[in-house]
This record gives sequence, structure tokens and C-alpha cells, in this order.
Amino acid sequence: MFAYIIRRLFILVPTLLGVSLIVFLMLRLTPGDPAELLLGERATEKSLQEVREHLGLNEPLHVQYGMFMKRLMKGDLGETIFTRQKVWIEIKQRFPATMELAVCALFLSCVFGVVLGIISATKQYSIFDYLSMLGALAGVSMPIFWLGLVLMLFFSVNLGWLPISGRLSVATTLEVITNFYVIDAILTKNWLALKDALWHLIMPSVTLSTIPTAIIARMTRSSMLEVLRQDYIKTAKAKGLSKFKVVYKHALRNALIPVVTTIGLQFGVLLCGAILTETIFAWPGVGKWMYDAVMQRDYMVIQGGTLIIATIFIVINLFVDLLYAVINPKISIR
Amino acid sequence: MKKLGILFTLLCVLFTGTVFAAQKSGGTFVFGRGGDSVGLDPAYETDGNSFMVCDNIFEALVFYKDESTALEPGLAESWDISSDGLTYTFHLRKGVVFHDGTPFNANAVVFSIGRMMKSRNVKFMGKGFDIPEQERTPEYWVSMEMDDTIGSIEAVDEYTVVFKLKRVEAPFLANMGMDFADIISPTAFLANPKEFLRKPVGTGPFKFVSWVKDDKIILEKFAKYWDKAGGPYFDKVIFRAIPENSVRFLELKTGNINICQFPNPADIPLAKKDPNLQLISQPGMNVGYLSFNHTKEPWKSNVHLRKAVAHALNRKAIVDNIYQGMGQVAKNPIPPTMWGYNTSIPGFAYDVELAKKELEKAGFKDGEGLGEITLWSMPVPRPYNPEGLKVGVAMVSDLSKIGIKARIVSYDWGTYLKKQREQPEDMDLFQLGWTGDNGDPDNFLAVLFDGLASPSIRTQWHNDEYHNLMIKGKTTIDQGERTKIYEKALQVIFDEVGAIPIAHSTVIWPATKNVENFKLHPTGSVRLKNVSFK
Repeated sequence: MFAYIIRRLFILVPTLLGVSLIVFLMLRLTPGDPAELLLGERATEKSLQEVREHLGLNEPLHVQYGMFMKRLMKGDLGETIFTRQKVWIEIKQRFPATMELAVCALFLSCVFGVVLGIISATKQYSIFDYLSMLGALAGVSMPIFWLGLVLMLFFSVNLGWLPISGRLSVATTLEVITNFYVIDAILTKNWLALKDALWHLIMPSVTLSTIPTAIIARMTRSSMLEVLRQDYIKTAKAKGLSKFKVVYKHALRNALIPVVTTIGLQFGVLLCGAILTETIFAWPGVGKWMYDAVMQRDYMVIQGGTLIIATIFIVINLFVDLLYAVINPKISIR
Repeated sequence: MKKLGILFTLLCVLFTGTVFAAQKSGGTFVFGRGGDSVGLDPAYETDGNSFMVCDNIFEALVFYKDESTALEPGLAESWDISSDGLTYTFHLRKGVVFHDGTPFNANAVVFSIGRMMKSRNVKFMGKGFDIPEQERTPEYWVSMEMDDTIGSIEAVDEYTVVFKLKRVEAPFLANMGMDFADIISPTAFLANPKEFLRKPVGTGPFKFVSWVKDDKIILEKFAKYWDKAGGPYFDKVIFRAIPENSVRFLELKTGNINICQFPNPADIPLAKKDPNLQLISQPGMNVGYLSFNHTKEPWKSNVHLRKAVAHALNRKAIVDNIYQGMGQVAKNPIPPTMWGYNTSIPGFAYDVELAKKELEKAGFKDGEGLGEITLWSMPVPRPYNPEGLKVGVAMVSDLSKIGIKARIVSYDWGTYLKKQREQPEDMDLFQLGWTGDNGDPDNFLAVLFDGLASPSIRTQWHNDEYHNLMIKGKTTIDQGERTKIYEKALQVIFDEVGAIPIAHSTVIWPATKNVENFKLHPTGSVRLKNVSFK
């Protein structure tokens, strides 16, 4: 197993090289010039030339890529074009916000998705099944933007229960250590800030979790239905085992493999695809940051950000593969 | 007579009592805006979100007045201009300190401005400072052509700085009031030049405390601020980034923020009805315009054709429906609040019949022989035009009424700007606009339309008379004379239809009722020194 992990981590290197090259070329081949966007209507030929020279954009492509790789070898992702900050530091400031949101959303979707899926499968064609699958369909097709605004209007403006946007209220002070506000609040025993941070997390994570919950629920349902038709389930039932034992001990374990794959993929999507949720809830995370960078052609942010996200994706996939073996001991990892 | 005297005294007491009623100190002011600042080193920033924070941390030698671009003393108490217009001597204010305790003096001025010069022709008083190499181009400095203007800067004594110019440049003083010319603490900069943009130190009414990227910037009152006459009144100021317009407005309605920058036009009537909100508005110092590809025929030499287009456009409908009333139809390509504005120009009337006649005179009766023309339109909202593409569609429909077939062309913003400058063959008409920097007409008229000055001017309109007027305007110091020059230039561009001004947008920001004395500045700067809670 250890050898397997090492081997998988080695594959990371060529994969990331490929990602970096593709992203680099795609960026350079798409139209748009960071210098133009930096200077806007004010740009003159002279000022554009100076900015391009400063940013190294006048160099031939292979030289630019070479410079990027050289820095990367030293573990340096470069400096952003707009904010003139190390890309790594910018990511470090934003990633915890995204991670906090994604973990919360994933937690909600796993709990609700799996439970709804199981109940639907065991009570197939019941009212509950119809209702929950209808809910799942609505969850997949509901525009996040609309849902976020409706939640805000209802829970914040009308009822005044939850804060509208941001990660903390302006009046709350918190000593930032890890940038994960929930963890920082616990570390510094700042219970007021902890409550405030959790309160701020509720609406964005519910909004973000709708699509994954729906996908996981549907996946669990279909996977469970397939397993429940298997002979060994009939055997288990015939043995006189309780329904609970049959479902949770025999069926669920086997049905979980595709569900875990889905959850892993969804986690990756949540980490980098929370652009809309982050925009609506003014959540200072990676998604919105990357989106802005694409619009501004901040090459360094896009290159650095993509590499980090690709790495996380690969690591999550590896983790999911390892989980298979835990769930089903018949699967051996070599 | 005695009675009159008593009445006068009473009136004075009443008057001063209302106007100078003491403003309340304290509180935290939260400013809700659409995006985060990029950096906080005024020499290197180019965006409004960065400047609005800099406006409260830093100050320049000259200030713009509260609601206009007229100049008043800032960190310089007074200044002398030599008779040849080439030497500016600034007498600095005494007793000013930076937030880090560094005293403000002539060396700080030489350092702050000198660091932007390509060849550092500066002289400090005494030991002075070593100015580090530029990390990148100071974009504003370059685009305002300051290297071609300033020859040398010298600290003559502790509170006197002399600027020697290479050429007579009438807008020079106005330029020195712009953000890029803010004075920074040399010691704070030299302590860590790379980090200064994230740890700014100036002399302004508020000092920098902290910054959570894409979330908030916190400033606090600077207790040792030099001007004891007014504010700062707030203990703390927070700039919050809330990207989505409707969410920002909801935050305002619930009182979590005190002002909402750039609301959706649809939310303005709601704000008007809300008893807890007030609307603050100011005609923006900007212009959205439509211009021609003057490098190719028939646009280059056919003034009738240009006139036909000008009269065919229903600009009022555009302002009413697309600007949603938040703007006014433009007569001149400079805003009416600016000096030099020519009030005798009637503007292009919307007159389809006249447009048809002009088109016939141009030799393209009912658009025949013109083929399908292109109308380039911006893909993104700009301060001077909320929806370039919709305005483009309206114009295409207007043009079709006189027989001109047109189609919209658009690219992503960066490409649009780049391609437009190249004046490509497939571009006939294009939309663009401008927000003024320093309140000087030169900053609109020369930069936008004097094609003879440089091939990178966006409207490549080559008109000798206009070009000569621009040069004369730049090199004349007397404002009265300059006003006449620009009025004449506006007449020339109107007669020749060098470009068609469309609209000046109005900035309307809703705020909570308890905000007092917040004034929107035409340059878009946000100065919170004299703002307080009721």
C-alpha cells in the first residue's frame, strides 16, 4: 500500500507538468493582454510597452515558459500581475475560506444525500421516494444564484436570523492564526467569534450543498437498488436478519463504492467551483479569485491556481482510491 | 439701523449655528463596494477601488475642493509659479507627521515624486534617501507623460520644494492633486519597498490597520492628524467587498453597511422609498461617446456622413432606457461641470429627416453604396456606459431608420481595447468613453480626440485647427484664456463631428440616513475626513 501511494504521488509530477504546459499555452493563445486590462482606456503605446517589458510579456513563449518552470522548480509560483503579491501567499489567504465552505457543504450533502438515497431505495415507489427524488431533481436544476438570494431575503432580511454575507460580522474580532476562522476561534477560545463564524457558514454551505446533495442522493439510491436485488441480500433476509442489519451491514457497504467516488469528485468540484456561491455571499475564497484572474488575464494567478487545484484533485482521487480498500476489503491496493 | 444690526447678529448666530453645528465623533463607518483594492501604493495603482482607500490614507500637495476639481492648498500651504511657467515652488505645511511618526518635509516630497521618475533628477536636502529601483512601471505617471514634463525636483529647505519643468504644462498643478502624486512616508517605504502597497503609510486622516483580501480593509482615526478644523470623526472605517450588487443593497437595507456603491439601477427607487435610506448623487466627470474610424474612407473626409450618423441617434432614449435615467445626454465631449464647457453648442438633435438629408448629401442616399458597417461596442459595463452592447443595439436600430445597415462587433475587454487602438479596416464606428483624472479639459479633449498628437490616441481624427488649439491650451497658463481656447476647440469638434458625445452618467449611491456630510467627488474619490454619523 505504501509503495502504491508513492507510485501515485510520482505520477503527480508528469501530470502537473502536462497541466502547467496546457494552461500556459491556452492562456497565451487566447486573445487578451494583461497590460491592456491593467491600463484600461488610459493605455498609450509607450505605457503598454513598459508594462509588458516589466512583466516579461515581450519574451518569446518558450522563454516565458522556461522562466515559469525555473521558478516552479524552486517552489515559487511567481508573483501576481495585478496585486504584485506571491501567488502562494494569495492562495494561502484564500484557500482556507474555500476549504471551510467546501467541507461544510460536503458534510451536509453526504449526510442528507446518503440518508435520502437509502430511504428512497428501501422504500422504492413510496411517496417519500417520489418526493425526495423530486427534491433531488430540483436541487440539481436550481440556479444557485436564485437560491442564494431567496435564502438571504427569507432568513436574513425578513426573519433576521442569519447574517447576509461575509465570513464574520464587522464588529467581531478574531485573532487569525490558520485563516480557518472556525479553527482559529476554537484555538483562541473566542466563543463569540466561533458562533459568528458558524452562523455565517450556514447559508453559503446550504446553497453550495444543494447540487452535490442531489447527485449523491440519486447515486446512493440507484446503487442501493442494485445491491438490494443481489442474491446475498435475499440470503441475509432469509437468514432472518433484521431489516436494519441487512440494509446497513450488507447492502450499504457494497453500495458505497460508487457513492464514495461521486463524493470525492464532488469535493473537487466544490473546492474550485464555488464561484457563484462565493460571489453571492461575498465569501473571500479561491473560486471568485480565479474567476477574476481569468477575466483580467492575470496569467500568474491562473497558472499557479490551476496547479494547486490540480494537485488537490489528484490527492483527493488518491484518497478515494485508498478508501475503497477500507470500505471493501476485497479490493486490494498494490 | 440698530434694529438692522440686531437682526444681522441674530441671523449670523442662526446661520453659523446651523452650518457649524458640531459633528458627532465616533463610530465605525462601513463602506460597501463591488470589489477589493488591488494595492495601496498610490504611485502604482490604476483602479478606483484602490484609490478610494488611498484617498483616506494619503494626501497630495494640492487638494481638489469638496465637490469640484478646483484646487486648494493641501500638504503645500501655497505655491509660486515663475513668469515663464517653468518653475513651481511649493511651500509646505509645517507640523505634519506621517502615521509612523516620520515628519513630513521637503525630502519626503522629493522622495515620493522622485521615485516615479525614469531618470532620477532629484536633489535632497542634507543626506536624503536612496531611492530604490522601480519594481514596475508607475502607470499613471507614464500615461500622464510626467517624465516629459518634470525636469528636476529639489528640496531647497526643509519646507520648500522646487519643481523645474521641461515644458510649459498648464494642467501640471491639477496633476499634482491626483492620487499618483500622493506623498508617502519614505522611512516606511524604505523599510520594505515590496510590502509598502500592503502596509501603506501616509499623512491622511485615517491610518491603515489591516487587510483581509477580497473581504475588508480596516482603517482607524489618526489622532495626530494636522488639520484640527474638521474631522476625522469616525473611530474606524471599514471598506467591505461585496461583489454582487443586489446583495450589497440588502446589506445596506439591513444596516450592516452605511453606503452602497454602484447599486443596480432598479434598486434606486426602492432606496428612495425606504425611510432609513438617503440618496447621494453627483454628475460624474465622464463621457461615453461614439466615434469613427477616421483612418479610412468614407469616414475620414465625409463630414456629411458623420453628421447623418449623429442626427440619426436617439440619445435621449438611450439615456432614459439603458442608463435608466442615471445620466444626461451629452452636448459636448466634456461634462457640463467642467470649466471650458461650451454652453452655446446645441448638441446633435435627434432628427431622422435631417439625418436622411445629410446622408444624401454625403452621397449615400438611403444608405446605398455604404454596405454593412460595423459598430464596435464594449462588452463590459464602464462608469460612463452601463451597457455598451445594449447601447450598440439601440444605435444599430436608429441607424437602420435612415437606411444604414450596421452590425455589432465586440471582443473581450482587453482585446477590444487593443484592437480598437489599431484602427482596423473592419471597424467603422466604435463606442468608448472616459472618466476624467484631474478636472482639466486637456485631460478629455487632447487625450481622446487629438489624433495628430499621437497614433495611440483612440480617435484618429486629424484636424490641424483642433491640434493647434490643443497645443495652445496646454501651454497657456491663464485659465481665462484657456477657457476660450477649449470653447473654440469644442466648436470645431462639433462642426466637424470628430466624435459624437452620447451621455454623462450620474453617480447615485444610497446610504443610511445617519450618514452626514458625505460628498461624492466628480473624480470618483471617496474622502471620509469630514463625514460623520448624525
